[in-house]
Amino acid sequence: MITQFLLVKIFRLILLIAAVATLSFLLVSSSPVNPVDAYVGTAMLRISQDQREIIAKRWGLDKPPVERFGRWAGQMATGNLGVSTIFNEPVLSVIGKRFVTSFWLMALAWSLSGALGFGLGLIAGAREDTLLDRGIRLYAYTMASTPTFWVGMILLMVFSVSLGWTPVCCAWPPGLSAEQATLWQRLHHLLLPAVTLSLIGIAQITLHTREKTIEALRSDYAVFARAQGESIIGIVFVRALRNVALPAVTLQFASLGELFGGAVLAEQVFAYPGLGRTTVEAGIRGDIPLLLGIVLFSTIFVFTGNFMADLIYHLVDPRLRKTAGAIS
Amino acid sequence: MMTNPLALDRRTRTMMVIFGCLVLFSAIFIAAWLYGEQGQVTNLALRKLPPGWNQPFGTDWLGRDMFARTIKGLRISLEIGLAAASCSAIIALLLGLAAATMGRIIDVAVTWLCDVGMATPHLVLLILISFACGGGAKGVIIAVAASHWPALTRVIRAEVMQLRTSDYIKLSSRLGKSPAWIARHHLLPHVVPQFLVGLLLLFPHAILHAAGLTFLGFGMSPHTPEIGILLAESMRYLTTGMWWLAVAPGLALILSAMTFDVLGNNVRALLDPKTLRE
Repeated sequence: MITQFLLVKIFRLILLIAAVATLSFLLVSSSPVNPVDAYVGTAMLRISQDQREIIAKRWGLDKPPVERFGRWAGQMATGNLGVSTIFNEPVLSVIGKRFVTSFWLMALAWSLSGALGFGLGLIAGAREDTLLDRGIRLYAYTMASTPTFWVGMILLMVFSVSLGWTPVCCAWPPGLSAEQATLWQRLHHLLLPAVTLSLIGIAQITLHTREKTIEALRSDYAVFARAQGESIIGIVFVRALRNVALPAVTLQFASLGELFGGAVLAEQVFAYPGLGRTTVEAGIRGDIPLLLGIVLFSTIFVFTGNFMADLIYHLVDPRLRKTAGAIS
Repeated sequence: MMTNPLALDRRTRTMMVIFGCLVLFSAIFIAAWLYGEQGQVTNLALRKLPPGWNQPFGTDWLGRDMFARTIKGLRISLEIGLAAASCSAIIALLLGLAAATMGRIIDVAVTWLCDVGMATPHLVLLILISFACGGGAKGVIIAVAASHWPALTRVIRAEVMQLRTSDYIKLSSRLGKSPAWIARHHLLPHVVPQFLVGLLLLFPHAILHAAGLTFLGFGMSPHTPEIGILLAESMRYLTTGMWWLAVAPGLALILSAMTFDVLGNNVRALLDPKTLRE
C-alpha cells in the first residue's frame, strides 16, 4: 500500500513540476527585461554590438522561444539547470550551497515556532476567554498582519544596534569563510533571523491549536472526564494532546511555503547569504536560469512539506492506518 | 439576569466597526490629498528630527516629513490592495463558479490550476510575476492581483458544490424551477457573502505582499513614498539610531492590515445568521 501511495505522489510531483516549469518559462520569456542588458549592467557603454550578439548567441537567445524551451526542458530532465549568469557557476551548485545556509535558519525557526505556537495554543484553548487567552489571541492576530521584514528591522535595532548583543549582518563574521567560523559564531549570527521568522510563524499554529483544543474540550470524552472529576489541565495534556497534536504537525509541515517566503524577507534584512537573498538577487539582476532553478527548487520544497504532512497523517492516525486501502 | 446596559449586540457593534473603518480609510485619502506635495519637499533645515509636536513621525535625512510620507504610502498601499483584491476575488468567483457548475473536466482543470498556483512559495511567485512584467508599479500590482485567487476559488467552489447537492435545491428543481431561478434565489444569497468576506480578507494579504515586494526592491522608483520603499530606505539609517524612520510607517501598515482583518471578520459574523445575534 505504501508503495502505491509513493508512486501516486511521485507521479503528481512530476506533473506539477512540468506545469510549473512550463508556466514559469512562459513568464520569464515574456519579460521585457533583456537578459543581455541585465548581464552587462553598468558596463553597457563599453560593450559593442558585436560582443552583445556573441553573448546572445552563446545563450541561445537568437533561437525562437519554443526551441529554447525544448532545449531547456530537455537539459532539465537530465538534471542540468544551466549556469547562473551572476555567479558564473552551475545553478544546481549555487542552489545547493545557499540552501545549506538557509536550511539551518529555517530549521531553527520552524522548530521554535512549532513548539512555542503549539504550547501557546494549548494554553489559550485551555483557558478560553480569560485574560491570558485574549493576550495570546491579540498577539497572534497582530503577528498575522505584521510584515516579517519589519519585525526583523525592529529586532535588529534593539538587539544589534542599541544593545549590541547580536551581529548586524551576515551568517558568519566578516573576513572569515563559512568553514572557518565556529559553530558558536554561526549560531550567534543565526539567532536573530531565526527569532524573527518564528515570531511571525507562531501566529498561525497558535490560532489553529487553540481552535482544536477548544473543540476537544467540548467533545464527549472531555465532558465525561470532567464529570469524573479530572482537571482541565489534566484533560488537555493527557486526553486532548494527541488529538490536537496531529493537525498541528500537519499544519506546520504544510506551512513550508510561508517559511520560505519569510526567509526571503528575513535574509534581506540581516544580509544573510542564503537561498532567499539569492532569489532576490536573481530577480533583480535578471539571472533567468537561477530564477527558474529556484522556482523549481522551492516547488519541490513546498511539495515535500505537504507530502510529509500526508505521510505522517497516514502513519500516525489509527483511523487512516486501518483503512490503508483508502490512501490516495 | 443582569445585563450590561452598554453591551451592544453584534449587529450594532459590527455596524460601528464598519463605520469606523470607513472613516479611517477616507481620512487617509483626504489627508494624503490635503498634504499635496509636502511629503516630497526637502527641507534641509529640518533634517533628521526625532518625532515631536510639529512632526509626529519625525523627519528623514532630507528633512521630509515622515508623517506625510507615511500617509501617502498608506494611500498607495490601499490603492494596490483595492486593485489586487478586486481582481483576485473576481477571478476566484468566476473560476469557482465554473468549477462547480460546468462539469467534471472544468472542475479537474480548475482544481489543478489552484494546485499549480499554490505550488511555489507565494513570495517566489510574486518575484517571478513581477520580473515577467519588467518590474515597476505595474509589475507589483499585476503580481499581487494575479496570485491571490487560489484559496478563495477553493472556498467558492466548495460552497457551490455543497449547495448543489443539498436537499432544498434538489427539491426546488423537482418543483420545476429553472436553473436561473435557483441560481438567483438559492445560490446567490450564499455565494455573495462568501465573496464579500473573501474580498475583504484578501486586502491585508495584498497590502502586506505589495509592501514586501517593494521592500525587496521590485517595483516602484525610490522616490515614490510607498511603505515598503520607506522601510527599505530606513534600513540604511538604522545603525545611526534613526529608529523613527522604521517604527512609525511599519506600525501604520500593521494597523491598516489589521483593520481590514477585523472588518472582514465582523462582516462575516454579521452575514452569517448563526452568529448574527451573539
